[in-house]
Amino acid sequence: MGITEDRGQRTEEEGLEQVLGNSVLLTKLDEIIGWGRKYSFFLYPFITACCGMEFMSLAGPRYDLDRFGSALPRFSPRQADLLMVVGTISHKQAPILVKVYNQMTEPKWVFSFGVCATSGGFYDNYATVQGIDTLIPVDVYVPGCPPRPEMVIDGLLRLQQKVAKERWSDWPRGEAPVTKKI
Amino acid sequence: MIADLIEAIAKILFVFGVNMGFFAPILGWVERKQSAVMQDRVGANRADIFGFTLIGLLHPLSDTIKLITKEDFIPAGANKLFHTLAPFISLTPAMITFAVVPFGGQYEIFGRRINLVVADLDVGILFVFAFASLATYGTVLAGWSSNNNWSFLGGLRAAAQMLSYEVAMGLSIIGIIMVYGSLKLTEIGAMQTDFFKWGIFLQPIGFILFLTCAIAENKRAPFDIPEAETEIVAGYFTEYSSMKFIMFWMGEFLEMVTISGIIVTLFLGAWHLPFISDERLLSLFGFAGPNGSIIMLMMANIATFFGKIIFMIWFQMTIRWTLPRFRYDQIMKLGWKIMLPISLINIFITGLVVLLK
Repeated sequence: MGITEDRGQRTEEEGLEQVLGNSVLLTKLDEIIGWGRKYSFFLYPFITACCGMEFMSLAGPRYDLDRFGSALPRFSPRQADLLMVVGTISHKQAPILVKVYNQMTEPKWVFSFGVCATSGGFYDNYATVQGIDTLIPVDVYVPGCPPRPEMVIDGLLRLQQKVAKERWSDWPRGEAPVTKKI
Repeated sequence: MIADLIEAIAKILFVFGVNMGFFAPILGWVERKQSAVMQDRVGANRADIFGFTLIGLLHPLSDTIKLITKEDFIPAGANKLFHTLAPFISLTPAMITFAVVPFGGQYEIFGRRINLVVADLDVGILFVFAFASLATYGTVLAGWSSNNNWSFLGGLRAAAQMLSYEVAMGLSIIGIIMVYGSLKLTEIGAMQTDFFKWGIFLQPIGFILFLTCAIAENKRAPFDIPEAETEIVAGYFTEYSSMKFIMFWMGEFLEMVTISGIIVTLFLGAWHLPFISDERLLSLFGFAGPNGSIIMLMMANIATFFGKIIFMIWFQMTIRWTLPRFRYDQIMKLGWKIMLPISLINIFITGLVVLLK
């Protein structure tokens, strides 16, 4: 399991941050917004394969994702914050995934759920995308076939820590890098 | 004159404050917690300030912060004006309707007569129906202006459903009007002093019909086909993000409060406690002097009224998390072939009883 820390960080600072720098005003504002965002993920479940069963048990009574404030699934990408890519992504499916990612409103995060989404897993063949990070930026990788719910919860908590540290200038990140090629 | 103005502003602020400041944020939490309890889960409880989680009450706050700072999206090809207007049109009627709902009786304090309703209209019930129909426009406009097939389907479904159930809703209330002989909500409320003269005992069928139609008007499960996730993504608000999207939900919650207010006024004895009359309460509060006792009576009545509203909200939430969604044709069949004839028969029988009594 891993978490990408440096994606999307800009070197030069823009707008208000250029004027005020890392003053208390902006860092406190970032902290409050980060606090709000990390406890309020609206999920977009992009479920294509058997990991979905594990996702259901996560949302169910025993593991209960709602405890962390991320229970509400929104099936419209406009209203979702966290793209849960659950399962194998074939090359046929890839343009749909990229389209859904591009349709989501900023700020948005991507959760790679299971080994197939993370690296293609044992589907090392011509039909399967070898990891969704070849298509869209990913924030948290949780491999496993399927991952245990505890692992997913750990990944979600790590994502919360990451979101809490984000700056206002990290957004927007724009569309997926491969959009033009598809 | 000035005193009248102050009184009116105070009442408006009270109603607005209770709706927007208390019910709108709290109901999001209530819905979450109630669904969690009914599904044997714990529910949201991790958002904290300095380590205090307050049983998850801070989650609405974090949701609000996130939604305010989220990208506000208007799709390409959408009608910008109507796309922005639609959430406001669906939120406003829910709040305005509460203006004619009395949240207490009439009291004489320091020689001044206070009537606890923002606008005491002679045609209160007609006002309620007028604004209930206006809420349809918000939904239809949202569906039409988004330039999205799913939104459009959702808007059409909402229009068909809300118009069908408005007919049965209007007819279901005529029995109550015949029994109490008034269209004024304050008068209907004032007549329900005796427990066995509450609307629910005089018009039990009217109560069930009105409650069902009101839930259908509100577009909540089991009548949520306009936003059916399994069929049309998110229905009429598919293309809405950030605060505009949550305004539809706030409108839904406030409509639920308003519906509860109307049901309490018409059927559940308004601000009266069962078996304890206002005179009895007044003598109970006699220790506080003539004016103090009336003020305490007023407080007791307001508390009774909102207690009943909270009960009705709990009841609607329980229905929402118990029943699965109806199919589209089932909803139409229920509305036109079952509710409408029953409400007509109800009017006929009520008329007969009123005539022969």
